[in-house]
Amino acid sequence: MTFEEIKSAITAKFSDAVLENPEGEENAIYLDSRSWSKIALFLVSDKDLFFNQLECLTGMDLGSETSLEVRYNFHSMEHRHKVEIRLTVDRKDPKIPSVEQIWRMADWFEREAYDMYGIVFEGHRDMTRILCPDDWEGWPLRKDYEVQDTYHGIVVPKIKEGWE
Amino acid sequence: MVVNMGPQHPSTHGVLRLKVRTDGEIVSDVYPVIGYLHRCFEKHAENLTYDQVIPFTDRCDYLASMNMNFGYVVAVEELMDIKVPERVEYIRIIMGELNRIASHLLALGVYGLDIGAFTPFLYMFRDRERILDMFELVCGARLLYNYMWVGGVSHDLPVDFIKNTFNFLDYFEPKVKEYNDILTYNKIFIERTADIGVLPPEVAISYGVSGPNLRASGVKWDVRRDEPYSIYDKFNFDIPVGEGKMGSVGDCWDRYWVRMREIEESCKILRQALKDIPESGDVHSMIPKKIRPPKGSVYRRTESPRGDLGYYIVSDGSPVPFRLKMRSPAFTALSVFGELSKGWMLSDIIAILGSLDIVLGEIDR
Repeated sequence: MTFEEIKSAITAKFSDAVLENPEGEENAIYLDSRSWSKIALFLVSDKDLFFNQLECLTGMDLGSETSLEVRYNFHSMEHRHKVEIRLTVDRKDPKIPSVEQIWRMADWFEREAYDMYGIVFEGHRDMTRILCPDDWEGWPLRKDYEVQDTYHGIVVPKIKEGWE
Repeated sequence: MVVNMGPQHPSTHGVLRLKVRTDGEIVSDVYPVIGYLHRCFEKHAENLTYDQVIPFTDRCDYLASMNMNFGYVVAVEELMDIKVPERVEYIRIIMGELNRIASHLLALGVYGLDIGAFTPFLYMFRDRERILDMFELVCGARLLYNYMWVGGVSHDLPVDFIKNTFNFLDYFEPKVKEYNDILTYNKIFIERTADIGVLPPEVAISYGVSGPNLRASGVKWDVRRDEPYSIYDKFNFDIPVGEGKMGSVGDCWDRYWVRMREIEESCKILRQALKDIPESGDVHSMIPKKIRPPKGSVYRRTESPRGDLGYYIVSDGSPVPFRLKMRSPAFTALSVFGELSKGWMLSDIIAILGSLDIVLGEIDR
């Protein structure tokens, strides 16, 4: 299926949940995160779509004034088509439904997004930090992140301005 | 009882800690704890220009640095819409496949070592060393190459490289039989690996397991053939899949066997590439003066020795990536490990972990 066909298949079923794309972003589908669990189930169970493989799950910070984003790249092994789904997450209260039980791969990738951006995936069975230590402060990949000065008495080296 | 394994343990291939819950000798649950090598490569990338990121990709999977470079430059070139010269494409494929052989040799040798077979490890390292010597001739480094650049490669091939590589292949191809005799069909090795840690194809796909581990479960999926990048569509090669020759499809022996077969296929690709490579050509002609991709994003995956290596790059039009995400194949392979090792003996855990061929540098990034 082409991108347009996939998009219309989702729109036909969940017309309220498909949001308009921001300017210049044409190769992805923006969805309302409130209906995400239902749409996710639809993506994997519909015979024509059958996205059985989650290729990649990326957390994003669009800049310190705007919201966070989660991007999913799906691929269907049977039909050989792919799609990119983007969900917007509120920066102040970053919560989003988890798809960990649909695509098991999302388990660790959601934990990574939580670790790096502080996005809480609701319904995830083990929402803990994965790469950083459990007691690390802050969300490293956010654009407004500032490194803590010390960690258990060890001085944390800071990234210098402008690599020479 | 909970047994702690690692972070320093000879069979964990790096710094990996496993919390193993056992019932007698039987393992009921494994919880991998990772992050000991975490240096936040993605944060570094957001503060570096596109060409400065390449040495960092080397250090993720330090056993297959050429393939890590390859995936990154292919993604950036797709974003910038650069077409590289044909000679460069051939050089990249030759380097990528040589590195795949080197990486698989290490994976198989170390796997034997995990199981308790020391000799095959030395045989395979002897031959891997010759490949590393060739890389040293090409770019001066044995492990961390920084060889593939956006739009080209750093150096042209040295004099006589093609002749020497043909000589190497003539020497190397008969050695595969030697490995098979000494390890693959060894009775003890088969007893330790066949029918152990069977990974069903649906579980593998759901967990995002890719590369040789996925193919061992019987799924005929290879990015080089199914989503060809560079000029992989020009070459003839088979995609080996697990057949359950010694036990069931998707067991440890199958994962080992698929890697062994892939070495042969890589030799096949190498022979074709070495025969067809254009005699001359400037390998620097398409390297841009300043890498400044247009606004937009790209997700490109390539086939690294460990599976689908994906780069998700978001550009805001500046010379620095706005966001760079690496989808690491070993990360997903390790995430299935907990599921895979339930119900096996404690000693089988070693065999299963080794068969997944993980590199912690790439998992922790």
